[in-house]
Amino acid sequence: MEAEGPNAAGLKRDERRERLALLGLGAPALLLVFVTMVLPVGWLFGLSLLADDGSFSLEHYRRMLEQPSYGRTFVTTFKVSFFTTALCILFGYPLAYALSQMSRRAAGLCLIAVLMPFWTSLLVRTYAWLVLLQRKGLINDWGMRLGWWDEPLALVHNLTGTLIGMVHIMLPFLVLPLLAAMRSIDADLLKAAANLGASPARAFRSVFLPLSMPGLLAGTLIVFILCLGFYVTPAVLGGGKVIMVSNHIANDIELFFNWGAASALGVVLLVLTLALLWLATKVMRLERVLGGGHG
Amino acid sequence: MTGRQRAAVPITLRGLRKRYGEVRALDDVDLDVRSGEFLTLLGPSGSGKTTLLMVLAGFIRPDQGRLMFGDEEVTRLAPHKRDIGMVFQNYALFPHMDVAANIAYPLKLRGIGGVEQDRRVEAALKTVQLGGYGERRVDQLSGGQRQRVALARAIVFEPRIVLMDEPLSALDKQLRERMQIELRQLHEQLGTTTIYVTHDQREALTMSDRVAVVNRGCIVQLDTPRALYEHPMNRFVAEFIGESSLLPVQLEAGVWRCAGQALRHAGQAPAGTRACLMLRPERVRLLGAESDEGLNVLPAQVSGIVYQGDSFLLQARLADGHSISLRGIAGAAVLDNLPAPGDAVHLGFTPTDTVLLPDEA
Repeated sequence: MEAEGPNAAGLKRDERRERLALLGLGAPALLLVFVTMVLPVGWLFGLSLLADDGSFSLEHYRRMLEQPSYGRTFVTTFKVSFFTTALCILFGYPLAYALSQMSRRAAGLCLIAVLMPFWTSLLVRTYAWLVLLQRKGLINDWGMRLGWWDEPLALVHNLTGTLIGMVHIMLPFLVLPLLAAMRSIDADLLKAAANLGASPARAFRSVFLPLSMPGLLAGTLIVFILCLGFYVTPAVLGGGKVIMVSNHIANDIELFFNWGAASALGVVLLVLTLALLWLATKVMRLERVLGGGHG
Repeated sequence: MTGRQRAAVPITLRGLRKRYGEVRALDDVDLDVRSGEFLTLLGPSGSGKTTLLMVLAGFIRPDQGRLMFGDEEVTRLAPHKRDIGMVFQNYALFPHMDVAANIAYPLKLRGIGGVEQDRRVEAALKTVQLGGYGERRVDQLSGGQRQRVALARAIVFEPRIVLMDEPLSALDKQLRERMQIELRQLHEQLGTTTIYVTHDQREALTMSDRVAVVNRGCIVQLDTPRALYEHPMNRFVAEFIGESSLLPVQLEAGVWRCAGQALRHAGQAPAGTRACLMLRPERVRLLGAESDEGLNVLPAQVSGIVYQGDSFLLQARLADGHSISLRGIAGAAVLDNLPAPGDAVHLGFTPTDTVLLPDEA
């Protein structure tokens, strides 16, 4: 064995002390996450496996498979999330592109407008949409006064209202990561594409779009996953017609005091979300691999 | 590459102007680039040389003026229709494509696919000495390799014109000097009209057929490297290119005098009674006791000697206090017999090397 210098033990002790100090810095947050996340989720999981009399049972999960209302809830949840995400991409991509091409100053001002929804309460915003969209709301009022339509449009208490509200709330979550990705694209790359003979449309398609993909995927994922667990907007703007998983959970607890059923729903939603995340990271890594090949 | 190059074209610029507010980025520039020529735009940063290149590529729209490639007016032609190969300062390689896909990009846009595309990509890679690198990812390449890929991409579609925007500035000195020679050889091989932008005067002298010195949006002088170095038109060019000593001279009774000594000069003298004498340090000689009749001679006092490996630089002070530099090859015998600081010396130079420039502030 190699002989240790006289101060080796002291140096090793210093190293250990430094690591402990780092751990100490992280400890409060770790404790918080443990108490507020890991414990309740574990507790939920336990509840979902208990029958009403307190014995172990899979009845809550069995009921989910047997009762069609649960299936419908999941279909609704994925449908709403899908359409919200799709609409966010449709509106968000051109918006982010425009912002990325503006001067920093102009983009900053426009970004404030995009971020405004972030700074007001979710509930306030949702009720504001209710006021705007209802039968005798501002939009129907003006639409009919200007003669654009004769009967009040059903803009709220249905899927349409839910989607309008959710797209409005989710848009910044898509635009921000997308804008960051677009801003990091070197403007010289597009010049190079043009110089090599690519029309503006072709340069966009073959250079800008693929390079903005990571930002788009990240934004899409955030929006979709946030949508899956959405509660307030479908509850207020869906008018009881749009039952998403979160609303179903609330019903189980508030109306039927069935904690077991609610817990089982929560667990399934959590598992589905995690599965989706896992899948997304697979796809993204694949994207990177494919990106290296012939474009 | 093979011998089916499209003919190189001359480039004509007439009265090109571009202003940003009060700043004249291009001040009515006229320039004729000969077909197949390697022409360098040399100037300090902010001189307008890059603006000029961007106007040629079509990325900056001039306020007025005309730009012609051969007989074709291209002033208002979109960049992607100009058929120019360009090497960007930061290379601008597409990070989401591998090396081969980067080089194939302009070929695809021109409808060249399949075997012909592969053949051309491989040929271009061989031309820049990167044969077999097609599968590499861009981020796996060194700076010099990226530079070569950018070059291959710019020439693979056999453009009429190649533009280069300080392509070597990010490379270390040794690699830069090797690439200068390689770029020059490549140009001789391809014969494409090439416009090269740099702020490095040595690079400009090394590579170019002709050099256009650009300052404040104007072309100050357009000449061969040798003419530019030996006969600069004014102090700006003299100071920007190479080292020089600039000394005030006066015309007294028909004779130009520097620090009281009469000078003979071979070239044109500027009008007026005051001028500026430019001396290149390596053209000045240390004279022994015997005086050479054919030379101009200035007595001076050595103020310092710097040893620089391959050469030495001697600083001396004239009687009127002005400073003059002398550079010599650092042979052992020479170094051992150099004068010491404080010694009086005689500095000699031929009338041909006695260049008189207009005296401007």
